[in-house]
Amino acid sequence: MRFAFTDDQLAFRDAVRDLLARGCPPEVVRAAWPEGADDHGARKGEGARAEAGRVTKVWDDLAEMGVLGIATSEAVGGLGLGELDWVLLAEETGYAALPHPFVDTALVAAPLAEAAGDPHGVLAELVAGTRTAAVLPLGSTLVPHGDAVTYLLTLDTRPTSDGAWVARRVQAGLAVGDDEHHRRHLADVLDGGRHVTQLGAWQSDAGFAEGPVVERAFDRGALAVAAQLVGLGRRMLDLTVAYVAERRQFGRPIGSQQAVKHHLADAAKGLRFAAPLVYGAAWSLATDDPDASRAVSAAKSLASDAARATARAALQCHGAIGYTVEYDLHLYLKRAEALARAWGDAAWHRGRVATALGI
Amino acid sequence: MDLTWSDEEQDFRAEARAWLGANLADWRARHDDRILSGDTEAGFAQHLDWERTLFRDRWAVVSWPAEHGGRDASRWEWLIFEEEYYRAGGPQRVTQNGIFLLAPTVFEFGTPEQQAHILPRMAAAEDLWCQGWSEPNAGSDLASLTCRATRDDERGGWVLDGQKTWTTRGAFCTHLFGLFRTEPGSERHRGLSYLLVPLDLDGVTVRGFGRLDGDEGFAEVFFDGAFLPDDAIPGGVVLGEVGRGWSVAMATTSSERGLTLRSPGRFTATADRLVDLYRSRAARPGGVDPALRDRVARGWIEAEAYRLQTLQTVTDDAEGRPAGAASSFVKLWWSELDVDLHETALDLLGPDAELDSPWSKGWQFALSGPIYAGTNEIQRNIAAERVLGLPRT
Repeated sequence: MRFAFTDDQLAFRDAVRDLLARGCPPEVVRAAWPEGADDHGARKGEGARAEAGRVTKVWDDLAEMGVLGIATSEAVGGLGLGELDWVLLAEETGYAALPHPFVDTALVAAPLAEAAGDPHGVLAELVAGTRTAAVLPLGSTLVPHGDAVTYLLTLDTRPTSDGAWVARRVQAGLAVGDDEHHRRHLADVLDGGRHVTQLGAWQSDAGFAEGPVVERAFDRGALAVAAQLVGLGRRMLDLTVAYVAERRQFGRPIGSQQAVKHHLADAAKGLRFAAPLVYGAAWSLATDDPDASRAVSAAKSLASDAARATARAALQCHGAIGYTVEYDLHLYLKRAEALARAWGDAAWHRGRVATALGI
Repeated sequence: MDLTWSDEEQDFRAEARAWLGANLADWRARHDDRILSGDTEAGFAQHLDWERTLFRDRWAVVSWPAEHGGRDASRWEWLIFEEEYYRAGGPQRVTQNGIFLLAPTVFEFGTPEQQAHILPRMAAAEDLWCQGWSEPNAGSDLASLTCRATRDDERGGWVLDGQKTWTTRGAFCTHLFGLFRTEPGSERHRGLSYLLVPLDLDGVTVRGFGRLDGDEGFAEVFFDGAFLPDDAIPGGVVLGEVGRGWSVAMATTSSERGLTLRSPGRFTATADRLVDLYRSRAARPGGVDPALRDRVARGWIEAEAYRLQTLQTVTDDAEGRPAGAASSFVKLWWSELDVDLHETALDLLGPDAELDSPWSKGWQFALSGPIYAGTNEIQRNIAAERVLGLPRT
């Protein structure tokens, strides 16, 4: 029994953390948001923006570090590592609110393509970061980074008696709002940093992979997003702890008030107990534990709830300044809310746990 | 990361499971399968019989050294024992306040003579210890306590005056460990000493009174010039140094808040029973509100989170990364989880929940969790200040 990461795993985490601290500060996250007014006139991306080149640079830097090949074998140019090696990296990409499809491309699509024998000949490009992917689980039609991805998959259970998981490739998709002159129209969404398009019409193949290998791909995605949610929660907590220690009202820091302390203690508590479920689920997947799907769903549900509760506490403790687009908090708050519902929301995953428990 | 148990640990689990299965059945049969609450006089006697059975086969204090009645079990084996104990439906440990709260302090601060006398008698349930900290006007603000111990060099001992209260099972115990003001005129955390007091001294009056559930689980203890001789306990009646009682006492608070007092096995067993309860209620005509399925799953997940968080904490501790003030998060987690699990069970029972049952009893007990061992508001302050680093109030 040992519930801790290896020195190598922590060193890799630290390297990615440093890269993202330098390459993906809030102004880079905001620079990924569309500029100007959206279809409904909202100016969601206002505030301090880095130059656009820095947004693409952080993806290139991750590719150069080998991070995009972490879940694929060395035979195809990857690092051949497992869930325990990448779960902390996913957490860091959450902490940074990385505006790139790291989970979909590197942790779901690439290893699934490899397991299926690379039927579409995209693996090398995915590992190199020159092609990005989006994965639509559970019937979702919202495509993250839909204006850029060129490999689009769906993961569903077949609505027949066998209920088997099946992966399909989507082609010839049209986004809601597309016309003959403009394709891949961005939907107006909560988190502009995700560049979501909404699939309106599409064709897909009959399925290029099915069964446990596809369920495993789904579990990797849900686990990685759970880790991102823990990271996002930690970011919001750090921002808020720093703010309430500085901000003074009634002649003293607001963080010295019990009401504020109790909000943040509860938020921190939720994250401290969600994280071990996430790490434990990584171990379960990495070791082919028969209860791995249950472990992943437990982790995703608690991480979703903990991140959402932390977002509420963080906003409340900031007061009005947190309720602006120019302040950074919303970048993390909105990502947390989007990811809390992506890859199955908390209630969906609790249902999956209940089924696994036989009720 | 390796979340598997070694062969030795699995053997330990099998041995514990077999022993508990056989001996719990024997114990219940000895009492005509009518086990009363350990917080009543008659039930306490039944539970002492159980404690002595545990001790006889060296299961009372598995993590202690063999010389004091234990098995030198590792932290991991202790967790396994706790899991098996609650899975088997083992009863409340009426000796727990000695074993889990006083004993760690005796191991850390006691002289060899004190240890040799106190620990084996505690493990054997011969001496029964209760905690004497709270007073009528010193609860969350424990440092405002006013119970006095005045030095009497002529007779060689201390003269005790004042009142303790909320003393769990005080009416059934033989000894009290408590904080007393030994420096006249001292204030707050200074001038306190950690004293070990037999309750049969002249001038000590113990009055039991009912908790929320009506059991005589509480007591108040009055000291009216009671004389505590220095040799009332071999090795002396002061634990640690005179005047250093506060820091000595803090050693037990982290045990109480952390996992020692309330290990995950207790809550994972309750969560598993909740799943069983859901299954049996759902199978009845009319079934149950499907929304309760979500709450059952949530409770099970939160108990599992406590289990895994504990594996992480024990690993960290073993590798030199102690949890420290973060034990306050743990107390918040298990105390709120316990209420949630029992509330969900009562909702599954519907109108029948009003009837006395283990779930109703457990719910009433769970309600005390956010209050004892430092209220959850105090824990939030500690976590916010000492873990998150927020400014002191």
